[in-house]
Amino acid sequence: MNFDLRLPIGIIFSLFGVILVTFGLFSDPAIYQRSLGFNVNLDWGLVLLAFGLIMLRLALKARARK
Amino acid sequence: MTHPIVLGGLDYALLLLYFGFVLGIGWALKRRMKGSTDFFLSGRAIPVWITGLAFISANLGAQEVIGMAASGAKYGIMTSHFYWIGAIPAMVFLGVFMMPFYYGSKSRSVPEYLKMRFDEKTRGLNALSFAVMTIFSSGISLYALAKLLEVLLGWNFDFSVVVSASIVLVYICLGGLTSAIYNEVLQFFMIVFGFAPLVWLGLRDVGGWKVLQAKLVGVATAQHFAPGTWTESWKHMASPSSNPMGVEWFGLAMGLGFVSSFGYWCTDFLVVQRAMAANSMSAARRTPLIAAFPKMLFPFIVILPGMIAIALVQDIHSGFSLPASADGTPNYNMVIPMMLGHYLPTGLLGLGFTALMASFMSGMAGNVTAFNTVWTYDIYQSYFAPGKSDHHYLWMGRFATIFGVLLSVGAAYFAARFNNIMDFLQLVFAFVNAPLFATFLLGMFWKRANGHGAFFGLLSAMIAAALHHGLTLPFGELAGIKGGWLGTVIHVYPGEMAQNFWTAIIAWTTCMVVTIVVSLATARVKTDQELNGLVYSLTPRLPEAQEPWYKRPVVLGVLVLTATLALNLIFA
Repeated sequence: MNFDLRLPIGIIFSLFGVILVTFGLFSDPAIYQRSLGFNVNLDWGLVLLAFGLIMLRLALKARARK
Repeated sequence: MTHPIVLGGLDYALLLLYFGFVLGIGWALKRRMKGSTDFFLSGRAIPVWITGLAFISANLGAQEVIGMAASGAKYGIMTSHFYWIGAIPAMVFLGVFMMPFYYGSKSRSVPEYLKMRFDEKTRGLNALSFAVMTIFSSGISLYALAKLLEVLLGWNFDFSVVVSASIVLVYICLGGLTSAIYNEVLQFFMIVFGFAPLVWLGLRDVGGWKVLQAKLVGVATAQHFAPGTWTESWKHMASPSSNPMGVEWFGLAMGLGFVSSFGYWCTDFLVVQRAMAANSMSAARRTPLIAAFPKMLFPFIVILPGMIAIALVQDIHSGFSLPASADGTPNYNMVIPMMLGHYLPTGLLGLGFTALMASFMSGMAGNVTAFNTVWTYDIYQSYFAPGKSDHHYLWMGRFATIFGVLLSVGAAYFAARFNNIMDFLQLVFAFVNAPLFATFLLGMFWKRANGHGAFFGLLSAMIAAALHHGLTLPFGELAGIKGGWLGTVIHVYPGEMAQNFWTAIIAWTTCMVVTIVVSLATARVKTDQELNGLVYSLTPRLPEAQEPWYKRPVVLGVLVLTATLALNLIFA
């Protein structure tokens, strides 16, 4: 019927995560002055990546079961 | 002219990536739209976690996000009443008591349920007012988005309207309700992940919850309220003059907690449609209950930023300020956008901004999908072209999506041109909506209620609501759009919110009384047989006991109500 929504959610958040982590690793630390000194792109990018991967894993597991 | 927020290349890339993806989902769903049921009801095949998240997300349009943050700044933690009193109990009621009739009757829309339960004229009244209302709501979403982009980023208003409307148009035309629901769930996660870092950074900047409480004492006393007014939700509700909302506990509990909240969550097709798309009766009943858990926690994402912002504005060393609105007071609607710009560096800023735009668009999309269903099934199929092929109605659904979006664009420009008329229309909608829950309550739980009763009950309640509004005024307002337009003012309310709550209470009571009286005075039309599955006492009980406890609606309902009660007590 309708496809498993976890797949697109997993893909988009993993992509966002990878982009933000990569940018966080190479960006100028000066831009993090406004976020109180935290490299939020790197930190939050990792959270997004983890969420995306969990969703992907759930989607693939459900597919394998079928 | 400088703009408060500057997006970098990376931010634009994230924005484009997201909306490209949204269109891709619509494209991927296109092949699966084989009949009208797929398009309007997602083939009743959506798993419950998705319908549940879509259920709150459909209500989590940007007006909600921006408006609740603004209220958080203006009224403090009292804003949580809109969630913990004004939403959760009604959502539980819908799941436990009402969903069996909506889903079990196999009606395809809320107006269609009214037709099955009462009669054609009651359905017609509801379908028509609902269709008009959704178009205007969707237009207001569109207008608000374009206006915000103009102010914040300097984007051209027309450009924003056309691009956003086109994205919504394309993904709904392709994938129908499923597309809208999938995007709502995506948007739900975007809002959570886009705003959570904002709240965390804001709270950290202020110095934590305890320091925030202390700073908000200054905000409260500066406006001559008791020190804890901004951080205690119930302690200052004894009289309307002791809190910034200007309401007392009874008006709040009845007007918001009962009439308005149940009227919205239990009868508005925009949200009920999400539950109707669920893949089983059990899933349909659990949809609003599963939605209630995140809904309960949303105040921490949408209200808290408002409270943080007002504390920061008060503190001159914070470097945070809100732009002034036309009358010189701080523009509270800018709380969320200004905080995004203040705390988030390029990268996360793009994410937060995408979340904001996505929520405007899904607010619009939710209205468009509800509109095309009601238009096609309840207006077109009923009055213009009954008995056509299913393929024809699928085609009509796509066509209705196109003119629904075009009408929304028209409504957006209308809103830009005549702000007062929009205020007026929203007022009329309030009159139309307030009594609905009385009709449903009687319809579902009293088999003697009939079509004449329902129709005249609704009609007289609308008139009563209008009369009440025309004869009363909020304190300090002039007669006109705020009330008192009938010439004499018989009562002055301490605030606009109190007046709104009481308008709702009066409309509901009138509807209840008139429906009962007219039903008793006229003959019963439908037999017990015909009302099977539509009325509580004539419907066989659902076998619930075989399901594991965590799937039972009553258990989930009690759990979420207990948790909500605990939150009320913690922040009382």
